[in-house]
Amino acid sequence: MAEDALGIQYATPAQERETVTLGMWAFLATEVLFFGSLIAAYLNYRIWFGSEFIAAASLTKVVLGTINTAVLLTSSACMAMAVTARDAGARRAPVLWLIATALLGLGFILIKGYEYSLEYGEHLVPALNFDLARHGGVAEIFFIFYFCATGLHALHLLIGICLVSWLAFAIGTDRLRPGSTTRLIGLYWHFVDIVWIFLFPLIYLAGRNG
Amino acid sequence: MHAPHRESYLSATVGIRSWLLTTDHKRIALLYFAGITFFFFIGGMAATLIRLELITPQPDLGSPDFYNRLFTMHGIIMVWFFLIPSIPTTMGNFILPMMIGARDLAFPRLNLTSWYLYMAGGIITIAALLLGGVDTGWTFYEPYSTFYATGYIILAVFGIFVSGFSSILTGINFIVTVHKLRAPGMTWYRLPVFVWSTYATSLILVLATPVLAMTLLMLLAERVFHVGIFSPQLGGDPLLFQHMFWFYSHPAVYIMILPSMGVISEIVPCFARKPLFGYEFVVWCSIAIAAIGFLVWGHHMFVAGQSLYASLAFSFLSYLVAVPSAIKVFNWTATLHEGWIRFDAPMLYAFGFIGLFTIGGLTGLFLAALAVDVHVTDTYFVVAHFHYIMVGGAVMGYFAGLHYWWPKITGRLYPDYWARFAAILAFFGFNLTFFPQFILGYLGMPRRYQSYPPEFQIWHVLSSAGASILAVGYALPLFYLLWSILRGPRASANPWGATGLEWSTRSPPPPENFEKTPTVIRPPYQYVRGEPCMQAENG
Repeated sequence: MAEDALGIQYATPAQERETVTLGMWAFLATEVLFFGSLIAAYLNYRIWFGSEFIAAASLTKVVLGTINTAVLLTSSACMAMAVTARDAGARRAPVLWLIATALLGLGFILIKGYEYSLEYGEHLVPALNFDLARHGGVAEIFFIFYFCATGLHALHLLIGICLVSWLAFAIGTDRLRPGSTTRLIGLYWHFVDIVWIFLFPLIYLAGRNG
Repeated sequence: MHAPHRESYLSATVGIRSWLLTTDHKRIALLYFAGITFFFFIGGMAATLIRLELITPQPDLGSPDFYNRLFTMHGIIMVWFFLIPSIPTTMGNFILPMMIGARDLAFPRLNLTSWYLYMAGGIITIAALLLGGVDTGWTFYEPYSTFYATGYIILAVFGIFVSGFSSILTGINFIVTVHKLRAPGMTWYRLPVFVWSTYATSLILVLATPVLAMTLLMLLAERVFHVGIFSPQLGGDPLLFQHMFWFYSHPAVYIMILPSMGVISEIVPCFARKPLFGYEFVVWCSIAIAAIGFLVWGHHMFVAGQSLYASLAFSFLSYLVAVPSAIKVFNWTATLHEGWIRFDAPMLYAFGFIGLFTIGGLTGLFLAALAVDVHVTDTYFVVAHFHYIMVGGAVMGYFAGLHYWWPKITGRLYPDYWARFAAILAFFGFNLTFFPQFILGYLGMPRRYQSYPPEFQIWHVLSSAGASILAVGYALPLFYLLWSILRGPRASANPWGATGLEWSTRSPPPPENFEKTPTVIRPPYQYVRGEPCMQAENG
């Protein structure tokens, strides 16, 4: 977020803008492979175990998952509004949109936490209290992936909430000169959203079509 | 041109903070040199003990368990803390921005962060290896690594995980720098081949390392929480671990060799006083190796139980990836044709690279053949093959580059006599160490064993004798390069008569690399009657 002074490596602000944007895209490419390998492993077991694995998927809380999907998509819309408002040069609007984004992100985390607590109550948490006799070994593998995937996603979202909150504060107190920072954090936020768009059907909707 | 009294990046600021908090790519490169050299000699000490142990058929230095920990330590340190970061983080960091006429990498602070992550990962891993070690081999195969192995696996794996982020950040930095920070006139086809091959390497760093990170994370989850992901006794699939591990670890071989190929492509035209033969072929072969390299991982699993059809496809693709490598060898050789060849130390190392890499590459084709591979899987044939690539190839390339850019980096010359002597020692020592291992493997000696039938002893003795010569070849540069820093004569801006931008600025370079941003007017490696035509007039 080098918006303070132009670094010695840049000739013009335009060059800096292009450079940091490409940097964020390259970082997101890494992230795609990071989550992609987890999803590939998940699909390996989904194909291997077939119906048993899908039966385990039906133990997830699809209503909460759906609500969370809506919450996250709305947050991404707010983020997009914040970027547009910032590019248009507005002063207050980006701050308000960013606060809405962060609050919706926080809402997602809280709903997710509630979901985890329900699953804990049903003895579905591997390594803590998984009831092997009741749910079976295949379900345990499913829930390992469930907690790994949603946990890593939540961690990314938490980082996003911190970035967005900092950004709202920096813009609100006029510490940030015009530049690419809002757009870069926006890209990150949308990426975390897209990861969820893949996780949601893979985890929650498996085998629910009747 | 000669103005050693003027400010250089070495003298611009002083004090320990000016080094540990620097964002200058050249100083960060030197920080990496320190780390890389440290880990190289740690890994080398483990190798020395292995070769000592194997002189006799029976155990001498310790228990079989000790031996397991020894070769694991050798593998982990050499792969992740020497070979993978070696050329990109040192010469890539130092030279790449200068070659394209930039004042620094795109993200200097990120660059420093990479170094700290690398050192933190290295220290964590070394701690694990010294506290009690790891006996899984560097591959951490499941389910042994999570349910049976003793030792500090969690700590060692965590260290590798941390250093992976260093790789990723370095890769991002290089990719963005090459795309966005090239000087005016520096088109893609005017880039020196070292830039292209470091770029190809960075693609692999960015796209393969996260898969290793996820794989190690899952391994850690399994070992820490005792839940089943890969372990068959808990319903998991151990082959999945191998697939995911090699999806990173085979491309990792190209992370090691591509930068060396880049170095060789710089040195051969310079010391043959001719343009690189088939420049476009060489650069696109780098990209092809990076791309096809992602599709060959299954050749590590021919006997692991994957389907025959998968093996057939992986075998074919493994042959295919050899093609661009072979094209490069032909191009280097053709560059020599009718050249005005000089035999300075960097060129001797480059010759060593070409010969040893060719043997390593050709024996790789043996292993890509399904039937032959069944016979030599997990034997010393495999050990010899990949050491020809990683040590004969990658390490020779590292020393070639070190000797080539040393005058630029330090502003000092080294005694060429000793450097040539070290290069020749390393070449002969290397062959004596590893050629007998091809024979051992063909005769059936399995890798990773401490004791062996007495009829194999002669080959092991030859190998250990070679290793002692190789060790001298690797240790010698420590002495004459140190002498060069203290007493060596001053280097001119362009002591080899090369053409790249890095040679048109002072040695050692000023803090911002160029007095003013150079404008590039021609492709690299242009010579008229043996005189270099610089890519940019004095920048």
